[in-house]
Amino acid sequence: MDALTPTGTATATASTVDLAESSVRALNEELHAPSHSRYEVLRPRGAHALAAGVHDPVTIDIRGNAGYYCAGMNDGATITVHGNTGTGVAENMMSGLVRVRGDASQSAGATGHGGLLVIEGSASMRCGISMKGIDIVVGGDIGPMSAFMAQAGRLVVCGDAGSGLGDSIYEARIYVRGKTGSLGADCIEKPMRDEHLAELSELLTAAGMPYAPTEFRRYGSARALYHFAAHNSDQY
Amino acid sequence: MCGIVGLHLRDPGLYPKLGRLLETMLSQVVERGPDSAGVAVYGDHRRCPPGHAAVSVLLGDTPRSVVAGLFEDMVITRAGATTIVAAPVSVAELVAAVRSAAPDALIVGSGRDLTVYKGIGDPRALAATYDLASARGWQGLAHTRMATESAVTPEGCHPFSVGPDQCLVHNGSFANHATIRRELMAEGITFDSANDSEVGARFVAARLAAGEDLEKALRALCERFDGFYTLLVTSADGFAVVRDAIACKPAIIAETDAWVAMASEYRALAGLPGIADAEIYEPEPERVYAWTR
Repeated sequence: MDALTPTGTATATASTVDLAESSVRALNEELHAPSHSRYEVLRPRGAHALAAGVHDPVTIDIRGNAGYYCAGMNDGATITVHGNTGTGVAENMMSGLVRVRGDASQSAGATGHGGLLVIEGSASMRCGISMKGIDIVVGGDIGPMSAFMAQAGRLVVCGDAGSGLGDSIYEARIYVRGKTGSLGADCIEKPMRDEHLAELSELLTAAGMPYAPTEFRRYGSARALYHFAAHNSDQY
Repeated sequence: MCGIVGLHLRDPGLYPKLGRLLETMLSQVVERGPDSAGVAVYGDHRRCPPGHAAVSVLLGDTPRSVVAGLFEDMVITRAGATTIVAAPVSVAELVAAVRSAAPDALIVGSGRDLTVYKGIGDPRALAATYDLASARGWQGLAHTRMATESAVTPEGCHPFSVGPDQCLVHNGSFANHATIRRELMAEGITFDSANDSEVGARFVAARLAAGEDLEKALRALCERFDGFYTLLVTSADGFAVVRDAIACKPAIIAETDAWVAMASEYRALAGLPGIADAEIYEPEPERVYAWTR
């Protein structure tokens, strides 16, 4: 067995788990009390909850397509899916890095509190729904109803965004390079100031996306919806 | 929840393997619908030989002997709660004869090319009961059900097949099905169950009978139906998928030169030959995806 390295450096030999021979439960039990710093997961075949609930700074490579809730609740691990993911990848992530080399299904990064989720392909509907501090960078497009009730964090879209973007958004910031469909209730385009260009530049660099921040437009909350207004009281 | 899988083969070389592929797909959506499972197979000559029509029927307490001997050269197959009756006559003749011989039974499918199986219990065990693994054909679908709108009975099982060689399977629940049911009943259409999905099937069947194609009929369904749905609808030569505007019921489509497949979850597609090189995508809300043989 290789020595444990706290940062999960590339020098460590990976422990290999073949899901054609091992159960998801056995995999996750090992990942929850890791004896190695690097893991290779083979033949995932769309199984659900792969590498969910990992709370150590290990490096995990999943070689194939994953099912629902892959890397959910991640807290500190670096998890790469060399394929597509199903619903809810990195949902409720606390910290760490999750990278999807292919496409992600709906609700990617849902309710995430922290960390960085990179989707190199496109993400489906409801990407970043109720995000609470996570950063999400999508190389392609995102589907309708994304960033619904997004509270904090940044959502960067290098392609196009679907309709209903940012409906009922709180203080998350959305950057879109391509076209947007309709904007959701209380979501508006906002000016791109220096601090926005700076944070976008950092996010694009961290995600490895080859675009200039100036190619993007910014969207956020008009703040007209989520404060209680006394003149609306008779509507409650 | 419910689970849907469907497979439309382009490569005739795969026809002998249809049942085995479909069974593998079905076994991956058992958790989505553990209370019952229904299957439809198109082109299974074991049970519906060329030149025959087939009627799939839930006989209930009616003895099978009443359908034996209705015509010459019949092929009668028992598969759990379902009996498949095939005879070298027209579909209408066979339906009328079965209905007359077994007035208390429920016809759950009919056509020149279609066999439908329904039953309650563990979907994997039902696949064995249907002998799905040995089925051959060019197109098939399966549904695992977690009932929400009506009872767990063989009659409530999907697919709903209410027009010749047509099938509809549904994951979700229609909100305004009672209204549309009344409208269809006013047009003279009769219903077999209280199931919301049957209303969708009757709506599509009425459109197809009026000369529309699957794509047009499903666009009309999107206009008229409220609620949640991912639908897979098949006809004598077609295979189509549509989702509601919110699209919260999952669906994934994969295509290769050899086949088109649709499932609730990717894992149901993971065992298909050539999946590594397939084009894989999620159907967009309210867009009809249709393929013709």
